[in-house]
Amino acid sequence: MKEVIHTPVKALEEEEYHINMGPQHPSTHGVLRLVVSLQGEIVKSLKPHCGYIHRGIEKMCEKDTYPQIIHLTDRMDYLSAHINNHGVCLLVEDALQIEVPERVKYIRTIIDELTRIQSHQLWWACFGMDLGGLTCFFYGLRDREKILDIFEESCGSRLLHSYYTPGGLMWDIHPNFQKSVKDFIKYFRKKIKDYDRLLSGNIIFMERTKNVGHLSKEDAISYGITGPSGRASGFSCDIRKHHPYGVYDKADFREILFTEGDTYHRYIARMDEMHESMKIIEQLIDNIPAGDFSAKMKAVIKLPAGEYYQRVETARGEMGIYCISDGNKTPYRIKFRSPNFSNLGVLDHLSRGFKIADLVAIGASLDFVIPDIDR
Amino acid sequence: MKEADFLDNATLETFKHTGGNVLLTTIDDVIDWGRSNSVWPLTFATSCCGIEMMAAGASRHDFARFGIEVYRASPRQSDLIVVAGTIVNKMAPVLKRLYDQMSEPKYVIAMGACAVSGGPFYYNCYHVVRGVDHVIPVDVYIPGCPPRPEALLYGVMQLQRKIKLATIADVKRIQK
Amino acid sequence: MDQDKLKERITALVPEAEFEENKQFLTAFIPAGKLHTAAQNLKEAEDTAFDYLFCQTGVDMTKYLMVVYHLNSTKHGHSVVLKVKADDRVNPAIDTVCDIWRTAEFLEREIYDLLGIHFNNHPDMRRIFLDENWKGHPLRKDYKDEVNIVEL
Repeated sequence: MKEVIHTPVKALEEEEYHINMGPQHPSTHGVLRLVVSLQGEIVKSLKPHCGYIHRGIEKMCEKDTYPQIIHLTDRMDYLSAHINNHGVCLLVEDALQIEVPERVKYIRTIIDELTRIQSHQLWWACFGMDLGGLTCFFYGLRDREKILDIFEESCGSRLLHSYYTPGGLMWDIHPNFQKSVKDFIKYFRKKIKDYDRLLSGNIIFMERTKNVGHLSKEDAISYGITGPSGRASGFSCDIRKHHPYGVYDKADFREILFTEGDTYHRYIARMDEMHESMKIIEQLIDNIPAGDFSAKMKAVIKLPAGEYYQRVETARGEMGIYCISDGNKTPYRIKFRSPNFSNLGVLDHLSRGFKIADLVAIGASLDFVIPDIDR
Repeated sequence: MKEADFLDNATLETFKHTGGNVLLTTIDDVIDWGRSNSVWPLTFATSCCGIEMMAAGASRHDFARFGIEVYRASPRQSDLIVVAGTIVNKMAPVLKRLYDQMSEPKYVIAMGACAVSGGPFYYNCYHVVRGVDHVIPVDVYIPGCPPRPEALLYGVMQLQRKIKLATIADVKRIQK
Repeated sequence: MDQDKLKERITALVPEAEFEENKQFLTAFIPAGKLHTAAQNLKEAEDTAFDYLFCQTGVDMTKYLMVVYHLNSTKHGHSVVLKVKADDRVNPAIDTVCDIWRTAEFLEREIYDLLGIHFNNHPDMRRIFLDENWKGHPLRKDYKDEVNIVEL
């Protein structure tokens, strides 16, 4: 007779097991795939798999002229479309040493800040929805439509505008621009109080975000976490302050800095940034000088041979454009340092030891735009 | 709708042939009315068009007026997949699997230039599928980069019109 | 530290370093063998303290492959650009810096994926964007793909 071997059955599994989140998952905000290894409900480690929207924009840029590249940068981080365009325009203008009219600088700065607000509104809407509050989604997108109306009036489209061109703007702003921006600020100052009432002071929300996913300042610098996520950890990385472009040097605003670095403070940092952005717009909107909306540019733009690096502050952090030119009308090599790609690297570090539900909150607080990760 | 289109509808022909019955003629109407006014889309978006799809679902444009209300996160619960954004080579098998997981009847809308034809990524690009119809069959194409939410609403209404032409007789023929 | 002092500092650290004209940043070519020690020293030394790697790029210069490191010091505010050449186009390999700056882990995987530069001692040297069985490295200048690329 065979000997019967009894293997003890454990009531609770202690081995690690893996679950697959994405590429089609609503809380990854796109087609990011996370392979999470869990013990019970606790995240042990996590491996992001990217590339589900890798379109090879850097390779395409090697065949495109500089004005054409602007249209591709729109499609990387579509929520900061204007700011990405601004980066390419500044790169070309600095390389050719073109002085753009003051009017252009003012308009660009105002539109950049409007872009930042609408991006944060959408982030807030999705953050609330990821944590289970559908009302946030409707509130956030309702107010975002107001900014899109302003964009539509002046730039001609809602989401991907390509409004900036090297040397200036595609066309001048709409005569209504100043009035509609001022109306919006007035409207949104009232509405942002609702945001705070709905989420910021909500006890359930605070329980789910406070002391979750702590990031120290050293780690933030080492991982290259920029933007509001980095500043929530105390990493002073605001390009608008350190390397001012546009007319940020003329505006008075505060760099939002916290030291806690948890999910809640990443949230507060973005909320405060919306206030600061409105402050910047209010200072500039009445002082737009008269003048041309574009400097004179040659029909074919050729950058002198050499290397150029341009940084701008998008809604998610530092966007860098590294360009090697060999003197032709197309770049030899162009590299986009995308803030989301660096921010993704820290997700494993942040979510270890937390529950899988916290992973959703941490991911939402880092505010990923997946096409910007993959490019 | 044109007279010729009506004649294509097999149900009407059947009823004409048999003389029709008040009860039977209404069965198709009821089913199609139900299907076309409770289309549940999958939350599937790869890039920029997804933001416009969200805008279409939110306060101002309000998808729900047309019965396209509940975004489902699972393909097994949804009837419609709106392909919003670029599909790249690595994503194509995943999209195919999502489509296969959906239960019949299922519909596909290709939203935006990338899903229609590859759009801005047609030339000089090594990793993009040039049109989602290489992977799954498409019912309605919506051009634009990205299309406005109104365009998506129009596309969805076209799809509803298409759903209303479906008949039980057709389904039986397929099953045979 | 201003550019001249940084130049002296890097020359003292790596005597073989060659400097390149650039208006924006001080640019130094470092031999591949000395990269890791030089990078570690530049980060840990009190007077340089380059703790922030804000960009890492791979470039195909047709004759050789090159990796470019953009470094910044959050404490002192100065920046430097280090460049490392990999002469071997078939099996290029450079030491990893991801134990010094954690952000390099993903950036190096990207460079490996798109340019095929292997990083020694990297914990997870796999392709990041493309499939594991993808042939070739698309950002190389001699990359040909007649199936997928439609030339304009």
